[in-house]
Amino acid sequence: MRPRHAGGVPSARCAWGHGELTFGQLPYDVAHLLGGGMLLLSFMLLYQRRIAAVINALAMQGAILAAAAAWQGFVQAAPQLYLTALIALAAKAVLIPLALRLAIRRLDLHRAAETALGIGPSLMAGVALVALAILVVLPITAGAHAIAREDMALALSVVLLGMLMMITRRNAILQVVGLMSMENGLILAAVGVTGMPLVVELSTAALVMVLLVVAGVFVFQIRERFDTVDIGLVEPHRGEQP
Amino acid sequence: MPLPWFPLPWIIVFVPWAGALALLALPREKPAALVNIAISAVGLVLALGLFGHPEGEQGWTRVDALNTPLVVLAFLIGLTTAIFSAGAVAQEGFDALRLRAYHGAFQLFMGAQALALLADNMGVMWVAIEIATLASVLMVAVHGTPAAIEAAWKLFILCGVGIALALLGTIFLYLAAQPLVRHGDGGLSWAVLHRVAAQCDPGVLNLAFIFLLVGYGTKAGLVPLHAWLPDAEAEGPIAISAVLSGLLLNAALHAVLRAKAIVGAHPGTVAPGPFLIGLGLASVLLAASALWRRRDARRFFAWSSIQHMGLAAVAFGFGGATANLAGLLHMLGHSLCKSAVFFGLGHAAQLKGTQKIAGIGGLVASHPGLGWGLAIAVAAVAGLPPFALFASEFLLLTEVVARAWWWSLPLGLGVMMAAAAKVQTLQLMCFGEPTPDAPDAPARWAEATTLGPLWLHLGLALLLGLALPGPLAALLAAAARIPG
Repeated sequence: MRPRHAGGVPSARCAWGHGELTFGQLPYDVAHLLGGGMLLLSFMLLYQRRIAAVINALAMQGAILAAAAAWQGFVQAAPQLYLTALIALAAKAVLIPLALRLAIRRLDLHRAAETALGIGPSLMAGVALVALAILVVLPITAGAHAIAREDMALALSVVLLGMLMMITRRNAILQVVGLMSMENGLILAAVGVTGMPLVVELSTAALVMVLLVVAGVFVFQIRERFDTVDIGLVEPHRGEQP
Repeated sequence: MPLPWFPLPWIIVFVPWAGALALLALPREKPAALVNIAISAVGLVLALGLFGHPEGEQGWTRVDALNTPLVVLAFLIGLTTAIFSAGAVAQEGFDALRLRAYHGAFQLFMGAQALALLADNMGVMWVAIEIATLASVLMVAVHGTPAAIEAAWKLFILCGVGIALALLGTIFLYLAAQPLVRHGDGGLSWAVLHRVAAQCDPGVLNLAFIFLLVGYGTKAGLVPLHAWLPDAEAEGPIAISAVLSGLLLNAALHAVLRAKAIVGAHPGTVAPGPFLIGLGLASVLLAASALWRRRDARRFFAWSSIQHMGLAAVAFGFGGATANLAGLLHMLGHSLCKSAVFFGLGHAAQLKGTQKIAGIGGLVASHPGLGWGLAIAVAAVAGLPPFALFASEFLLLTEVVARAWWWSLPLGLGVMMAAAAKVQTLQLMCFGEPTPDAPDAPARWAEATTLGPLWLHLGLALLLGLALPGPLAALLAAAARIPG
């Protein structure tokens, strides 16, 4: 691992210029546009009823994540973030969505996905979580740079919405989508913190986990076992009956 | 004395991983089981070398008083589990592919476990715990039955959320330290973070600790996100339960302790102790009541793991030299006793062809060696004297009474209720009328590979409980000062 900054260089120094970045400066605005786009797609993941539409939204979110990572690589003059961006683009925007599409076609899942919570309450809970993320992150990171702290607030919102999606969706494939969306938020957080070491390694490790479970869906043929990937119907297999 | 550049920690990690590759290529049962034992034995010898290793960080790894005993214990249990597995694997009915996956995942898990304990870099620790999670998902799913897939799915989803939150906590740790370290891998090094924590922003440290506690706490089986543990313990191959309970939970709790040490080093943070006490006490009380309703023996002892991890978390929540010592002793004793129970229980379940408590009865009458061994192991897990868990629970309760006696009431209630449930299960399984054996009983020599490891663990638990050897006591006392 090559250190991203030589010792003693102030962390706000970037390829764009010197000093504190705030609203109205391009690096800040583009980073926020991309982070905000990811948050918007997280809301889409919450309310879409069709599984195919959810997967499209996930692919979009992966693409925006790749753009955000590449932009941070440019702003922070950190070339290894381009690698993170490339991996995110290849895996999250292309490969995994394709694999999931193949899975739903194979398992014949062209139907609406049930939600445990209605769309309205889900969205309200989502808005509440975003408010919570902002209220939690902004005050305590007052010492950090504006670009980092507001990125953290957006990233935490994406993570919390991913968790909410995993709670409200009972479908196994959509739970994987929720987990991936959470990871997108994590990587947004990791690339947003200037000088974070091991970003490439950590994001790759997180990706491997999702790749393996997507592979597991194919290898174990979950549908054959349960006749459905709705985990609500798997519960009886708990082995705790008398 | 090894040279300072000698990468012993990495060798300890990579020997099992190299072994995993070899085992993936071995389709036959006997050779694979023997190679598995040989790799585990080499791992244990290397781990014992850590006692002579100079303390301190070395690149991404560190060796200190806190992780050395845990690594040695992990490889000891790895070896005894490999021996037990050699006798038990014939009954699992694996085909060649599943057999390869089973042995390969076991050694992958052992290497990741060692790396999780030996890592100095919090990012590397996170990656190691993630690899251990994936290996355990594979081990739990290996039977491919609906129940096993559901257990693996639950493990994957809950632990996936858990380790995602832990990664967020790790990022927040770096965010807190960033103005002070500014470059390179040092920003995630535990030693560096621990050193600079006092000057970090306390708010960010608080946030980091909450995420790390909930994230790694999930993997440690602490209460709000514990639901994966009983199913994973009950549905995987029998030998796996011993390493899941004995090792994985310890590695996760160790990660929480490292986080607590960093956050506790700043005087202005919200004290981390009460959070640990809260989660730990909730785990103890929930498990103590859940234990009474279990019919499946392996789920029963998984709930007992939740209870013991809760007790250890309470001990570390109180903090200070004595309570931390009690917590460490509890972790070590729990690993030894619980894996002994799973060895005995696994063999009993194979003999009787069921893992329901009602189906395993009168072991002492029908199989005296196994029956008495299992009875004593369950008594040790229930915290009866003279074993290690009695010593640590006694130490913890006296310390709690001395410092804040009101906490001892719910804690004592939980300990007593759980102990009573375990004694009741002990009576059901080991005494009374024998239940009929299954027609396809395991080979006779499988009893030796069960009872040897079982009695070895009980002997060591007795040693820890009655007469802690001087050098080990000094090491544990030094370790107890690390989490603060």
